[in-house]
Amino acid sequence: MSNLAIRSISKKIITGLAGLFLITFLVVHLGVNLTMLVPDGGETFREAAEFMRTNPVIKIVEPVLFAAFIIHIIIGIVLKIQNWMARPNRYSVSNKAYTYWMSKYMFHTGIVVLIFLIIHLINFYFIRLGLLEPSNVMSDEHDFYNQAIMLFRDPLYSVIYLVAFVFLAVHLNHAFQSFFQTIGANHSKYTPVIKVIGTIYSLVISIGFAIIPIYFLFFYE
Amino acid sequence: MKIKLKIWRQENATAKGKFVKYQLDDVSPDSSFLEMLDELNQDLIQKDDDPVVFDHDCREGICGTCGLYINGRAHGPQKGSATCQLHMRSFKDGDTITVEPWRAKAFPVIKDLMVDRSAFDRIMVSGGYISINAGSAPEANNMPVRKENADMAFDAATCIGCGACVAACPNASAMLFVGAKISHLALLPQGQPEAEERVLEMVNQMDLEGFGNCSNNYSCEAECPKEISVGNIARMNAQFFGAKLKSGKK
Repeated sequence: MSNLAIRSISKKIITGLAGLFLITFLVVHLGVNLTMLVPDGGETFREAAEFMRTNPVIKIVEPVLFAAFIIHIIIGIVLKIQNWMARPNRYSVSNKAYTYWMSKYMFHTGIVVLIFLIIHLINFYFIRLGLLEPSNVMSDEHDFYNQAIMLFRDPLYSVIYLVAFVFLAVHLNHAFQSFFQTIGANHSKYTPVIKVIGTIYSLVISIGFAIIPIYFLFFYE
Repeated sequence: MKIKLKIWRQENATAKGKFVKYQLDDVSPDSSFLEMLDELNQDLIQKDDDPVVFDHDCREGICGTCGLYINGRAHGPQKGSATCQLHMRSFKDGDTITVEPWRAKAFPVIKDLMVDRSAFDRIMVSGGYISINAGSAPEANNMPVRKENADMAFDAATCIGCGACVAACPNASAMLFVGAKISHLALLPQGQPEAEERVLEMVNQMDLEGFGNCSNNYSCEAECPKEISVGNIARMNAQFFGAKLKSGKK
């Protein structure tokens, strides 16, 4: 049995590599989304979306992206269950050691992001796949510009969206530096720099995404 | 000083444990934490009660035998020291101190505050050694070792195997211990021939013992009485990855 099991460190490295792929994906996704802010009635955004939809490289990368999501989520859950099982009796006084609190909540923040991801897939991706009917604001099943504006004009949706990105920021902040530690890169000089880059990255991503609903909720007429 | 104690009492590995409250009215601030427990036990013995069982040996912070989880901290509130080096002056008069055993599936309670840490021994047996007879100390310049490596190996070798890393880790992971044991050999020439097998076998045994997975929380480093760096975990990860790629072993 033991020889067939994937070792703890292998699981961590696989989760990390899948996470790294998702980290790069977020940058591309943010780039496309930000074109919504170009005040040309969504022309730039539609062009960007069309490019992403038809580009052969993206078509190849898409299944890899799905695999990365699924691997990252499943191994993350397996690791968490094993970690719970490793301490069946909890302490009565919870640990007061100096620690990175974000790392303790990777599972919890991850679950919130996963819930948002499912909502997001229902609202956009499933329509594109033809699994769901396009909503009445959409001129066709690829018209995500009007669909997004409709959703962002709904304060409830925008709040859910913003909350999800707060959780994502916390998740990414730990994730970025954690990846380097997991693949064995720990250096007295570079590790502090990596941590700062991770914080900047998590803020840029979450603030970048958050600007869009805020714009459409408050400044769009 | 007056001290109130809440101590975990558990008859044996299978019994259901509970906290029992004790009070000591005349504790010297200069006594060590373990001496305070000795006084408590003296009282209990005189009253024909069962004394509190706890592990201890050298009482000078080098053997790794003692280990209590005190007020939510492995080895108590003092940084970089074992339980035996903790003194009562670290507490205030009238404080309530909660004392628990290390809690991990891989460290079952034997009795009260004493846990079975033989999981660490089995990890060491699986590969934490070099098989050749290295003989007596060689001539100093025969085998050049980079000064930085020698220092890092020495720092890793200061691990006393007390288990505080497991106790403090939110996942009860033993990766700081195993990382230190792998590092102190991997950084020196004598450790090279068996480096790949060593990391694979030790990580394998660590997983079999039921320790959790590292989530890079670093409470281990914060609570380690020898302040061993999590850089050793990174080194173990890299070595493991390299060994996996090369060995073709599962």
